[in-house]
Amino acid sequence: MKKLSLDRGLAREARRLASAAAAPVQRFTEAHTTVSVERAVLRLLGVQGAGRRGIPIVNQVVDRLRAGVGLERGALLPVLRMARALNTDVDGACRAICRGRMPAEPDHSGTDAILRAQGIDAARTALAIIDARRAERDSMIGELGEPTRPWIYLIVATGNIYEDIPQAQAAARAGADVVAVIRSTGQSLMDYVPEGPTTEGFAGTYATQANFRLMRRALDETAREVGRYIRLTNYASGLCMPEIAALASFERLDMMLNDCMYGIIFRDINPYRTFVDQRFSRMLHARAGIIINTGEDNYLTTADAMGAAHTVVASQLLNERFGLEAGLAPWQLGLGHAFEINPQTPNQFVFELAHAMLVRALFPDAPLKYMPPTKHMSGDIFAGFLHNGMFNLAGILTGQDILLLGMMTEGIHTPFLHDRDLALENVRYVRTVAQDLSSQLRVVPGGLIEKRAAEVLSATVAMLRQVGEIGLFEAIARGMFADTPRPPNGGKGLDGVVEKGPGYFNPIEELLLEGVGRRRKPRPDGPAAGNGGGER
Amino acid sequence: MSGSGTGRRATRAAKAAGTIPDPLPAQIVRPYGDRTGDGMVQMSFTLPVASGPLAEAAALRLAEAMGVRATSVAHQKAIGPSFTFFVIYGRSRHTVDLRKVHVAEREFPLLDPEDINRRVRSLLRRRLTIVGACTGSDAHTVGIDAILNVKGFAGNKGLEYYRGMRVVNLGAQVTPDALCRAAIRERADAVLVSQVVTQGDAHVENLSAVARAFGPPGPQRPLLIAGGPRLTADLASRFGIDRVFGRGTTPQEVASYLVWAIAQRHGGPRKLEGRK
Repeated sequence: MKKLSLDRGLAREARRLASAAAAPVQRFTEAHTTVSVERAVLRLLGVQGAGRRGIPIVNQVVDRLRAGVGLERGALLPVLRMARALNTDVDGACRAICRGRMPAEPDHSGTDAILRAQGIDAARTALAIIDARRAERDSMIGELGEPTRPWIYLIVATGNIYEDIPQAQAAARAGADVVAVIRSTGQSLMDYVPEGPTTEGFAGTYATQANFRLMRRALDETAREVGRYIRLTNYASGLCMPEIAALASFERLDMMLNDCMYGIIFRDINPYRTFVDQRFSRMLHARAGIIINTGEDNYLTTADAMGAAHTVVASQLLNERFGLEAGLAPWQLGLGHAFEINPQTPNQFVFELAHAMLVRALFPDAPLKYMPPTKHMSGDIFAGFLHNGMFNLAGILTGQDILLLGMMTEGIHTPFLHDRDLALENVRYVRTVAQDLSSQLRVVPGGLIEKRAAEVLSATVAMLRQVGEIGLFEAIARGMFADTPRPPNGGKGLDGVVEKGPGYFNPIEELLLEGVGRRRKPRPDGPAAGNGGGER
Repeated sequence: MSGSGTGRRATRAAKAAGTIPDPLPAQIVRPYGDRTGDGMVQMSFTLPVASGPLAEAAALRLAEAMGVRATSVAHQKAIGPSFTFFVIYGRSRHTVDLRKVHVAEREFPLLDPEDINRRVRSLLRRRLTIVGACTGSDAHTVGIDAILNVKGFAGNKGLEYYRGMRVVNLGAQVTPDALCRAAIRERADAVLVSQVVTQGDAHVENLSAVARAFGPPGPQRPLLIAGGPRLTADLASRFGIDRVFGRGTTPQEVASYLVWAIAQRHGGPRKLEGRK
């Protein structure tokens, strides 16, 4: 059932067009930094805590440096210069800057070279911590074992980390392989990361380093108890994407929602800002062994799932391209898609299969994340339970890797304990009764499924061609993704984008780039070639 | 009445056979399972008690306290070591007298997005322009963003999602004068002001400043709408604001209100019949 005959030439063409469309944007991201990238660098070098009125030290430092000496050379160099002047460390220098001290201008006497060497050393130490957390994950998986696929992905969202923990543990005991803690509404638009454990949020829990650590510890306990590794997921999105990625890397989160365009379209975050931020956050994710989850499912919550199916695939190809550019391996590209066709449509299930199989065939090595229906969940929980069952069947039949479990109470309230338990029962039932169904079925050549898949792929190629011609920024400005126009100079956070000047220094980026160069050019027909998961 | 004993027996027999209607007047109702007046309800809930006889007895006790008699536990299932999920059936002892039920209706019908877009088109023959902001000292854009951003709130898409609407979101800490200038520049049909912070009555000061900047209500002034989790309806009359929305308001409600209010200005509500 996984086999779908696909026009290989057309698939190659789609990838080539996606690369061409991404290239100018990629060049822009390489030539710029943002306040959040610079804050992430300071966080990676150990700067923590918040000052008066809860404003994190890293925000105060970067804002003051920007006003005082500019960020064109990065935040770290002036911080190191301050540290040298005061004979203190990075953290001490940051606190001095918060108190109003401003580092001297560079003196060209050769100290810069010494400071740079220091910076590189400090960055190596930071990356060693990330590497150690990654090794820890590998060894836990080796010891406890990897869950079978599809991984069952469940969400907790109480707003209170101490309520989230027992719910997450209960979910893991009942069969969840991945637990995601939904963030508080509006965190993506906050230009700082809150500090400490939090107990109040709007429809979700704030992403903070302390909350990450508490949940990680709890899920590790449960993992040992149930004998399989439980993955923890959060959101590296919004204005603080790079910083959240840094904190996730430190606290051994396993998957992060991280999309190259989601913030632009759905949160009205500035396009330049988003593209620069996604690059640095993905470089960190690559190093930390984190699987990213992209957000294409969201397109279908605004646009029509039949009419806009090709925008999902086009965005997946762009996400893949930007991901590879940042050094992510294909196994780290959890591309997203969704089961959102109106259930009143005749053959809705057949078309869902076509879409899911197309994505499976195009990205054979990607851990695809399949999202349940939300748009057509009406509040009729009984109909919703059945609809979710059909979604589970589509996911299992088409070999999706990560199944986000649909809640029958979707759109009514955040899931109750038993909503989650019933959702798990639903997927367990379908997985058991349809265990070998996929291997027993064949797609009719030239039939409804193949035709629909071919149609979507052709439309994808046409769209990417147009995106390449007018440029990705212009395509976004015209509303080609999710019917939502976003001009390149609009949205939040543009003032946080800075062009790198001569002598820009970011040792984390330098070290991460060492690993990227060789990996970022996939074979021309994509990571699929010769893998056997494809088609003839 | 003579022979009433026999009559009652006959009635009971007939009722048991389901052949005669419940004697309750039609205006007094009970839940309907498969016979009029049987009062059958189903409910499900979780108790923080380990599965077993104690949990089951507790669930039945709870159902009784909720006015449900002749209960039976159709299903119970342990959720982990310390929770139990129940599905329970029983007869509600309560009735509802429909003559005594008063429905507080919102002044405008709730419309779906397609309908809203269509009505905007036919009313204005252009898009409806909305300027939104958090004014004064308030830096919390969570409310205004939940209403305006495509992403919306609780699965309900924001106003940007509506093709019939043009949204200008000015963000946080906008001064009343800047908001007023933006409203004129954009030829706003409606201005949305979000106030999340109400400590020290910050919202009162902020809203009165906005109201002063825009002047009294009238056909020349854009609709002035305030929203926030702790705002109360009395603020509207106090400051001459057209409408106040409180906690849990969805973008769809705001959009529905907008088309209703605009239609009022364009000659009354006659064309606006929708699902309540």
